[in-house]
Amino acid sequence: MKEKLENITNKLPAVLALAGIILLWQVLCSSGVLPAYMLPSPVAVVSAFFGDLPNLMTHAAVTLQEAAYGLMIGVVLAFVMAPLLDRFELLQKAFYPIMIITQTIPTIALAPVLVLWMGFGMAPKITLVVITTFFPIAVGLLDGYKSVDPDTIRLMRAMGASRVQIFRHAQFPAALPQFFSGLKISASYAVVGAVISEWLGGFEGLGVYMTRSRKAYAFDRMFAVILLIVIISLLLMWLVNILRDISMPHLRAEHSARN
Amino acid sequence: MSLLTASHITKEYGGRTIIQDIDICLEQGELVSLLGLSGSGKTTLFHVLSGLVQPEKGQVFLEGEDITGKPGKISYMLQKDLLLPHKKIIDNVSLPLVLKGARKKEARREADPYFSSFGLNGAQYLYPSQLSGGMRQRAALLRTYLSKSRVALLDEPFSALDTITKGQIHEWYLDVMEKIDLSTLFITHDIDEAILLSDRIYIMTGNPGQIHQQLKIEPGRTHRKGFTLTDEFLNYKRQIIEILQAAPALPHAQETSV
Repeated sequence: MKEKLENITNKLPAVLALAGIILLWQVLCSSGVLPAYMLPSPVAVVSAFFGDLPNLMTHAAVTLQEAAYGLMIGVVLAFVMAPLLDRFELLQKAFYPIMIITQTIPTIALAPVLVLWMGFGMAPKITLVVITTFFPIAVGLLDGYKSVDPDTIRLMRAMGASRVQIFRHAQFPAALPQFFSGLKISASYAVVGAVISEWLGGFEGLGVYMTRSRKAYAFDRMFAVILLIVIISLLLMWLVNILRDISMPHLRAEHSARN
Repeated sequence: MSLLTASHITKEYGGRTIIQDIDICLEQGELVSLLGLSGSGKTTLFHVLSGLVQPEKGQVFLEGEDITGKPGKISYMLQKDLLLPHKKIIDNVSLPLVLKGARKKEARREADPYFSSFGLNGAQYLYPSQLSGGMRQRAALLRTYLSKSRVALLDEPFSALDTITKGQIHEWYLDVMEKIDLSTLFITHDIDEAILLSDRIYIMTGNPGQIHQQLKIEPGRTHRKGFTLTDEFLNYKRQIIEILQAAPALPHAQETSV
């Protein structure tokens, strides 16, 4: 109960600030200071959102699918690569710089090339999501594996533990907090990555919907899409937090021990 | 035959000899301390004894079996409890059983009865962060015990504890050792602790580290109530301090805590 109250008071400033900005925005639009063709009012955005909800949902389903597949492949790839890079120093020396270089390539420059190679279907979108999500997760896992106290590894070896057992009982669990921080970032990257690659070629998805709305000068709909993307990203982050709490019950115990 | 024997151990790191030609032994039921200044190679010797590293020269025998470079035969405990933060206490202490192939459930069942004699009752399903330092150290000891080796190497296990907790845990450790028939080799730089707990003390000095002298402490461990206030105790202490002071200075040597 007390925790809940604390939670609410913690979030109050953020909620008030957000409400203030939306109110100001509405006032500026309704009073005619900002013309509707430049910035649709919040009320207009919300009504566009609900007015075209079925259509929006169809497109969102496509984008979410691309993001989910991409994120899953990115996670699996990171899980496969990170232990290998951790185990074989030569591999790490060879590939770590390349991983960093792939992160400096602007998504928006990469997307058209991928479309050129893979066509207008889902493949280039998923690929782009994989490229953007893989890195934060792999780096998180790598750092996590290294965060184990060398004495813990010595102790386990002295107990006769194999390399696999040390990984399973010590290194992997130690990497989970970093993994989930990486996943949280990657989950929102995934949606944004999918939308961006849809802008640059495709038939379905929120990015396509956005491009069409822009061409039709339906700015209220464009903002409705942005609103939807924000909601989806927040939901995904929230989901990651829940997953994290389930996977690491000891963190909750530590928290309650401190209070 | 001694329970544990190490003969002519020499270990080098990067061309530098850390310990040279070390001979030590440990008899059944004994508690033997390895006392020396920081940097004299005590921990390196432990790494060799526990099989974590292969020595350049020498061999380690446990009950006649050559265990040089073979980990898993001797249990090992450090100053840090090194409990895994994500495992409940019961899973932490039964880890040695799981590593040997037991199922989690079986391992838990086997570990559970020992919780009361280790003063850990009720802590089974808590996480390490929810325990006090003294309790965590006892859990680490239970884990050491459940690795079922007959020899425990303790590398300054109690040095992070405050004096009173330390005194209690000393008494309790000797008691447990007796009960479970454990023999202990104990690293410390605390002279009082060494004299109080040990049957024998090896004094390590030099660079590279060598065994300088061996002291047998009388009276026997069971007759040491108020021992720290006796002349004998002070005599031992004086003797040890003289040896350590006469030893050539070590690079980066720290003060011994007296």
